[in-house]
Amino acid sequence: MGYPHPSHPRETVVLSKHFGDPAARTFQGWVQRGGYQAIRKALEMGREPLIELVKQSGLRGRGGAGFPTGLKWSFMPKDDGKPHYLVCNADESEPGTFKDREIMRWTPHQLIEGCLIEAFAIRAERVYIFVRGEFTEIFPILEAALQEAYAGNAAGPNIFGSGVNIDIVVHRGAGAYICGEETAMLNALEGKRGNPRIKPPFPAQAGAFGMPTTVNNVETLAAVPHIVNNGAEWYKGLALGNPKSTGTKLFSVCGHVQRPGNYEVTMGFPMKDLIHDLAGGMRPGRTLKAVIPGGSSVPILTAEEAEACLMDYESIAEKGSMLGSGGMIVMDDTTDIVKTIWRYTKFYAHESCAQCTQCREGTSWTARVLERIIMGQGRTSDLDLLLDLSEQMTGKTICVLSDSCAAPVVSGIRKFRGEFEAYLSGSRAPALQVV
Amino acid sequence: MTHSNASPIEIEAHEPVFVGKTRKQLEALYPSYPTKQALLLPALWLVQETRGWVSEASMAEVGEVLGLTPAYVKGVVTFYTMYHTHPVGRHFIQVCTTSPCGLCGAEETLQAILRESGCAELGTTSPDGRFTVVEVECLGACGFATPIIVNDDFIESVTPERVPGILARYQ
Repeated sequence: MGYPHPSHPRETVVLSKHFGDPAARTFQGWVQRGGYQAIRKALEMGREPLIELVKQSGLRGRGGAGFPTGLKWSFMPKDDGKPHYLVCNADESEPGTFKDREIMRWTPHQLIEGCLIEAFAIRAERVYIFVRGEFTEIFPILEAALQEAYAGNAAGPNIFGSGVNIDIVVHRGAGAYICGEETAMLNALEGKRGNPRIKPPFPAQAGAFGMPTTVNNVETLAAVPHIVNNGAEWYKGLALGNPKSTGTKLFSVCGHVQRPGNYEVTMGFPMKDLIHDLAGGMRPGRTLKAVIPGGSSVPILTAEEAEACLMDYESIAEKGSMLGSGGMIVMDDTTDIVKTIWRYTKFYAHESCAQCTQCREGTSWTARVLERIIMGQGRTSDLDLLLDLSEQMTGKTICVLSDSCAAPVVSGIRKFRGEFEAYLSGSRAPALQVV
Repeated sequence: MTHSNASPIEIEAHEPVFVGKTRKQLEALYPSYPTKQALLLPALWLVQETRGWVSEASMAEVGEVLGLTPAYVKGVVTFYTMYHTHPVGRHFIQVCTTSPCGLCGAEETLQAILRESGCAELGTTSPDGRFTVVEVECLGACGFATPIIVNDDFIESVTPERVPGILARYQ
C-alpha cells in the first residue's frame, strides 16, 4: 500500500499488506497474520524442492539487477563442508528508492522469515542483515523483532525443533552508497573499506570471509515466504502477461506527484496509471515532463515514453531504460533537467569509491563540466565532451557506479538537448552563481 | 624535507574507550563474527557513541584491541561518511539534498536549518556549540521529502516552516 496513504483499489498488496499497522511488528502479531508458517513448510519441503520452487516462481532480484533468485541460490555449493553465509542487502541508498525501509519498519518479521527460509535453502547458519547506518529508526525495530524470533524458537539453535541452526546478526553500515554493491558490502562487513571486488570469484564461490555467500535484497527476501505459502503458480499468475517478470513489485514514487509513496502492483502495470492514478498525478496545472523509472542509475524517459510503458523488466528495457530498484522519480514541467542531472552527477562523484580511474575522475569531471554549464560558463564543445567522458565511463570499471553516473547524462543530452543548449547559448539564465 | 625544531612531539592524552561496560559490549559481539577485523565498524560505532567522535587516539586504541594498525583503521574510518573525525556540536543534523528531495524543496529546508541553527555554513558548528549541520546524499526516504536526521532521530517531511519547532526540541 502507498503508505502513508491508504491502499489503492488497483494495488495488489502482498508484501505491503500490513504497512502502517504497528501490531504486525510483534512476533505474536505476525503469527496472527499468518507469519512463520512458511518457514515451517520450507523446513518440511527440504532444500532442493525449495530452491526449485523459487526458480519456478520467476522471482527476480529486487535490488536492481533483476537476477533470477532461485538460480542465484542454486549456485551455492552443496557438500563443501565450509560455513555458508546469507547477507541481506538492506543498504537501500539508490536515489528515488525507499521501499526496503518500509518493509523493515512495518514488517520486520516478514524479512526475518524470508532470511530464515533462504538460509535453510543455501545451508547458511548465519545471516547478516547489512543495514545502512542512516536508518536509525530501523535498528531498534529489527533488534526487537530478532529478540522475539529467538524467544519464539524461530531463530537461533534448532529452529522449531528441526535441528537447523540459523543465527541472524544486524550489521550497521557507516555511510557509503557503494556498499549497496554486493562485494563492497562484503568488504564493509569484513571491516574493510567498501571497495567493490573484482569478479570472479563470485560470492557463491568466495564471498563473506572467503566463504560461499549469497547476497539478496530486502524486498526479494520478503517475497519468499509468500511464494512458499502460496506456490509458484500463484506468484506467476499475479503478473500481467509477461512470463519473465512475475509477481508484485513495490514501486517507490517520488518527486512531483501529489501522493508520493510506495505502491505495490503486479508486474506489467501501466506506468501511466501508477503516476496519474495511484500516486495522484501532477500538482494542479502541471504536466509530466520526464521519469527516471528505476532509481537514479537508469536512463531518463520522456513523458511520452513513460506513459506508453508497462512496469516490468522487459517493457522498461524496450523503452531504453531499466526497472532497476523500482524507485520512480517523477518530474513535471517546472523541472530544470540540466540542473537535476548535475545534482545526480554530484551524488555519484561523492559516492565513487575512487578505486577505478574512469569512475574517480569521470564522475567528478562530469559534475564539474555540468556545473560550469549551469553557471553560464559552458563551452559549445561541452556536450560532446560529456558524451565522450560518459563513453569512457561505461563498461570499463569494476562495478557499475561509473555507468550509473553516465546513464542520466547520456539519456538527458539525447532527449533534452535543447535545455543544455539554452544554457550554452545564454538564452537561459544561470541556475548557479559563480562563486 | 625539514622539520621545525620548535615543536616537540605531543602525546595526545587518551582515556581508553574499551574498558568496563564498553569493553563488554564489544566482547559480546565477538561470537557473531568469524574474524576480529569484522568488528571494526561495530567498534568504531561504540567509540562514536561513547565519545561523540573518533579521534586518532581512539583509532589507535581500536587497532590495538582488534589487532590492526592505526593506519589501517584510519583508512577505514575515512572511507565512510558517518564517523566524525572531529568533534561536532551537541546535536548533529544531516539534511538530504539529493535530486529527488531537491525537486521537492530540500534546498530551502537546508537554508532554513542553517539560519535557525546559527551555523554559518555547512559542516560548521554553531558558536554556542549546539548544532552542526551537514548536507548528505540520499537518505532513502524520497517519498518523505525532505528527510533529516538529528542525532539518532530520523525525521520525515521537513519543510522550512517546521524547522524552528523541530530544532527547539534539541537544546
